[in-house]
Amino acid sequence: MPSLPDIMTPNAAELAKQDGGAGGHAPAPDADQDALVEFLLRMGDNALILGHRNSEWCGHGPQLEEDIAVSNIALDLIGQAAMWLELAGAVEGQGRSADDLAYLRDVWDFRNVKLVERPNGDFGATLMRQFLFDAFHFHQLRGLVASSDARVSEIAAKALKEVSYHLERSAGQVIALGDGTGESRGRMQAALEDQWSYALELFASDGTDRNMAEAGIAPDPAELRGLWDETVGAVMAEATLEIPDSDFAHQGGKQGTHTEHLGYILAEMQFLQRAYPGAEW
Amino acid sequence: MYAQLVKSEGTSREEMSPEEIAFQERIDRNEKIEPKEWMPEGYRKTLIRQIGQHAHSEIVGQLPEGNWITRAPTLERKQILLAKVQDEAGHGLYLYCAAETLGVSRDELLERLHSGDMKYSSIFNYPTLTWADMGAVGWLVDGAAIMNQVPLQRTSYGPYSRAMIRICKEESFHQRQGYAIMMKMANGTPAQKKMAQDALNRLWYPSLMMFGPSDKDSVHSAQSMAWKIKMNTNDELRQKFVDQTVPQAEYLGLTVPDPDLKWNEEKGGYDFTEPDWDEFYQVLKGNGPCNKERLGARVKAWEDGAWYREAMTAHAKKKAARRSAVAAE
Repeated sequence: MPSLPDIMTPNAAELAKQDGGAGGHAPAPDADQDALVEFLLRMGDNALILGHRNSEWCGHGPQLEEDIAVSNIALDLIGQAAMWLELAGAVEGQGRSADDLAYLRDVWDFRNVKLVERPNGDFGATLMRQFLFDAFHFHQLRGLVASSDARVSEIAAKALKEVSYHLERSAGQVIALGDGTGESRGRMQAALEDQWSYALELFASDGTDRNMAEAGIAPDPAELRGLWDETVGAVMAEATLEIPDSDFAHQGGKQGTHTEHLGYILAEMQFLQRAYPGAEW
Repeated sequence: MYAQLVKSEGTSREEMSPEEIAFQERIDRNEKIEPKEWMPEGYRKTLIRQIGQHAHSEIVGQLPEGNWITRAPTLERKQILLAKVQDEAGHGLYLYCAAETLGVSRDELLERLHSGDMKYSSIFNYPTLTWADMGAVGWLVDGAAIMNQVPLQRTSYGPYSRAMIRICKEESFHQRQGYAIMMKMANGTPAQKKMAQDALNRLWYPSLMMFGPSDKDSVHSAQSMAWKIKMNTNDELRQKFVDQTVPQAEYLGLTVPDPDLKWNEEKGGYDFTEPDWDEFYQVLKGNGPCNKERLGARVKAWEDGAWYREAMTAHAKKKAARRSAVAAE
């Protein structure tokens, strides 16, 4: 039986040569474009997957007004996803449309944070997740309105109008449910604790984020933490909820390593495009 | 048509009090009846049943289409479908508000839906099995609803009439988007065309049932028509629907699943096969393919949301108390 190559002792010299050598690595001519595509996918995928999760509530909300509101937010987010993904496809330059990106990528190519792909839980948990995300999204979009890239700034300006309302609504709901009854307070506290470490992935900057910040395209997420803490702190105080004393963050979603849940979302979302390749709908 | 077999309670002309005669004369003059005005108890009760059933149909009607929101094949289709199902929730809201003007609360109506005491349209007890059903529901089900609701814009009760005017504007958009899906499917791949034909096969007769039983078996029609809360007979509307829909099916290249369908020159309309009324009564009794799922989903949403609604009420009370405490200082 032929033996397999020894995976523990790779040819280090060969690898170093491929990598261009540590320190002396010149960026590929289109490195910034790649980072921009990566960033745009993160924007689009967060909106798409959170929009999808919210859309699961349509017809099942706790009261008619909330059914309408949660569907509205889903609609806004899916609309934003379409804009970000279309731009991602255009910058990438391989002819991929927003639909190609939404419906024909597998899990590892999605760039959303893990927070948005986790199951809805009860309506309170859905609202808590929405608030933690909105508080980030709002400050992020405010930064993006000043982007050095006019296309990014234009989409951000449109999205900011919608997200300002999303934040107002989710903050109001979190306050009401925290302050409501003993049961609702318990549910909201549990939701906050459950989602806290996932929310913190939003601030885990990596090379792509720093690249975008240096180019003036997007604010560095790590630098938005202070603003987020202020917004979240004020709302939680009014909601009588206690912020978890932990800075641990579940990471990896932004780089394509997801929870088990995303695969099921895609299996459902992409079913028709996968089952009937090339059909027009 | 979202209200079927609504029981009406009226009195014959000879038994009418002077008040009732004056009321009927107002209706005959096409005057609108407004919430605070005097009305016979039978008129009020019949309207509550009809508007309530219509409202319930809107919110239960979210479910068959909601079934495909997470599987819509493109981002645009997903947005259109989501907007449409959201509109239906909005229609439910207008109609519950219209019913509330008659002295019944939304919660009370929902309780009666959940207990099985009040019905919703039989059509929503059929499953949506493929994406083509999203086209067929818009085309046929919304098409049938419009057929009934356009005349109801002229109904005698003011709030109901105004709700209908708003609803009809949105319904015609719904029907067009449904037909647009059917066009894509009917002109698409062989598999898509097969889906489109299959959807028409399954939904044709249930759509004809939406107008309610044949006039000869429709016991409550006469009084409701005198009150102008029903504007046309069931058979009139069904005939109109068939006459409108058959050419649309032909344009799509699809076959209406009725071997006896043929144009009758003399009456200027199609002769067609009546739906299976035994099946219709079984569905009303709770034995349709999805009755348990549909009502179950509504009850589950309501029960799961109880803690949420209680908390919102508790918060509103606390807020009001804090405000008056501040004002007292």
